[in-house]
Amino acid sequence: MGMSLQTVLSQVMLGLNNGVFYAILSLGLAVIFGLLNIVNFVHGALYMLGAYVALLGFNQLGPLLGRPDFHLNYWAALLVAPLVVGALGVLIEKTMLRRLRKFDHLYGLLLTFGLALIIQGVFTNYFNVSGDAYDGKPEVLSGVVDLGFMLFPKYRVWVIGISLAVCFGTWFVIERTKLGSYLRAGTENPELVKAFGINVPLMITLTYGFGVGLAAFAGVLAAPIYSVSPVMGSEMIITVFAVVVIGGMGSIMGSILTGLLLGMVEGFTKVVYAPASGTVIFLIMVVVLLVKPAGLFGKEA
Amino acid sequence: MKSLYSSAALSASLLLATAGLAAPPKETISDGVVKIGVLTDMSGVYSTLGGKGTQVGVEMAVKDFGGKVLGKPIVVIGADHQNKADIASAKAREWFDNEKVDMITGLLNSGCALAVQKLGGDKKRITMNTGAASTELTNGAWTPYSIHYVYDTYALGKVTGQAVVQTGGKSWFFITADYAFGQSLEGNTSLFVKKLGGKVVGSVRHPLSSADFSSYLLQAQASGAQIIGLANAGGDTINAIKQAKEFGIGQKGQKLVGLLIFDTDIKSLGLNVAQGMQFTSGFYWDRDEATRAFAKRFFAIHKAMPTMDQAGAYSATMNYLKAIKLAGTDDPDAVMAKLKSMDISDFFAVHGKIRVDGRMVHDMYLMEVKKPSESKGEWDLLKIVKTVSGDEAFMPLSESTCPAVKK
Repeated sequence: MGMSLQTVLSQVMLGLNNGVFYAILSLGLAVIFGLLNIVNFVHGALYMLGAYVALLGFNQLGPLLGRPDFHLNYWAALLVAPLVVGALGVLIEKTMLRRLRKFDHLYGLLLTFGLALIIQGVFTNYFNVSGDAYDGKPEVLSGVVDLGFMLFPKYRVWVIGISLAVCFGTWFVIERTKLGSYLRAGTENPELVKAFGINVPLMITLTYGFGVGLAAFAGVLAAPIYSVSPVMGSEMIITVFAVVVIGGMGSIMGSILTGLLLGMVEGFTKVVYAPASGTVIFLIMVVVLLVKPAGLFGKEA
Repeated sequence: MKSLYSSAALSASLLLATAGLAAPPKETISDGVVKIGVLTDMSGVYSTLGGKGTQVGVEMAVKDFGGKVLGKPIVVIGADHQNKADIASAKAREWFDNEKVDMITGLLNSGCALAVQKLGGDKKRITMNTGAASTELTNGAWTPYSIHYVYDTYALGKVTGQAVVQTGGKSWFFITADYAFGQSLEGNTSLFVKKLGGKVVGSVRHPLSSADFSSYLLQAQASGAQIIGLANAGGDTINAIKQAKEFGIGQKGQKLVGLLIFDTDIKSLGLNVAQGMQFTSGFYWDRDEATRAFAKRFFAIHKAMPTMDQAGAYSATMNYLKAIKLAGTDDPDAVMAKLKSMDISDFFAVHGKIRVDGRMVHDMYLMEVKKPSESKGEWDLLKIVKTVSGDEAFMPLSESTCPAVKK
């Protein structure tokens, strides 16, 4: 394989494309871990659910409502899926995770891992494992743009743009606004924040809902690119956890930057030696854990 | 003297006959049950084209056969090998040792198939492979108890490779699933491409079950090859074709060729994306009256038309049971002898015969995906462009490295 500048640039573009998915998912995990101290293993399944909300909204909702012509369009799905999945997240937090707050992280991890298996199992039972095509991609985003060094699908340009906007928007809200400071304070010292008249449990519940909403949002973005399948989340989540570990658990900016960076490293590996592309992130994880156990952007505990 | 001799012989034979009657009848069916195990990918990247549908095929065959053979019940069990050779092998061992399973079928995924087939050889149990594709199964990995029923990478590579090269596709780049199957398919196809004067300009290997093919596709595009050969299957092929379309690959004279495609893949892709693609198959549900009749019954149970793996599992099971009946026993050696000597002929297998290397040789078909305007129904997806006789499609015994083939 020739390593022309053109090849490298196009692989970096593709890497960036995968990287934004890693970033947006690991961001959700980081928010949840940072504010709730929960290792949210159900994240991948909720990402998958987001894609299914888009798919079923487009294909099934109309016939279900007795109006076969009705489709939940892509733009609406971008809004509806995070809301639906966020609501489910609120339910999960209120009925299950809340009870585990006083215990070790491990319990939350096991619970969410179990939930992920259950959700995936149910979907595997009812849907096509090799995936269904999502046909709702809007017309304006079809076709390709010429970037000079490669033809890049318009849709992917949109995905990169909107994901970066969402990621940095989230970072801004949490790190630079008053709301964000309440959130961070609420996890450091809930009693004190309560004394200021702020409803901390509600805040935590909504944070969890927001975090998983991000996953659903990514799921909708992924639907037109990849096949929508019950296993799409479990394939993704392992890599994303590696990203979180490399970036440093709980670091918002760290998770975003690491996601983008590792997407590009992975893309680059696909040119150099493709069979290693599935492993390279884990190799980096091993090295980072040995050298800087708190992660690249993590603070030493 | 002569009469004395013959009367002695007569009484001796009478004695033997009565002795035979007095002894308990020899067990014709081991353990009093014929148990068929369907071991395949039930939940992963290949489960749509095989999976539960393969078990449905086997169960239909058992029901059609009458549920009993030589007066003994036939039982079907199934399990998911999760595309992991170690799990496949452990499950098969449990089935052979504790569950009295007499024959294992399905076995999608060449890695799993090779492991289970080897175990079957050691334990003297029959494996009738309908799912996996590697030619290794009938060559180096052959056992006296292995049958490779539906298709293999040689037939796929030969029929598709020839068709493509003959219509001008001379230079190839492969995107290959990185395990036994993909490598075998790439290897076999390359052979025919080169034989006909074409050349292979490069290849890239991807891990099984990849979501993102864009990187590989761009490498293929950059290679300048006329043909991008997809030496993968199931969900991987679907993703690759979809993403090629997204990147506009295939519009500038480059052509995508799927080397192993199943009806269910086309269904998932949609005719819009897949139209015009050619590939090789061992079966198509809409070929004739008999296939349509089977497909209709299958659809009623499984809610999808049968793929070649699923229809093949029906045919394999049916012929296995017939062989038991003909042999009068389920003894693996006797059944294998019958299977290899009888004609295999039903809706699935046309001009079928099981060779000494375990290869079931039958007609193969060069298929083409219909245009959306040609399709008259949800499953009206393909047309048969050419029928290729089994002897022409499959590896001739003269090229075989199977230890049972005498040179």
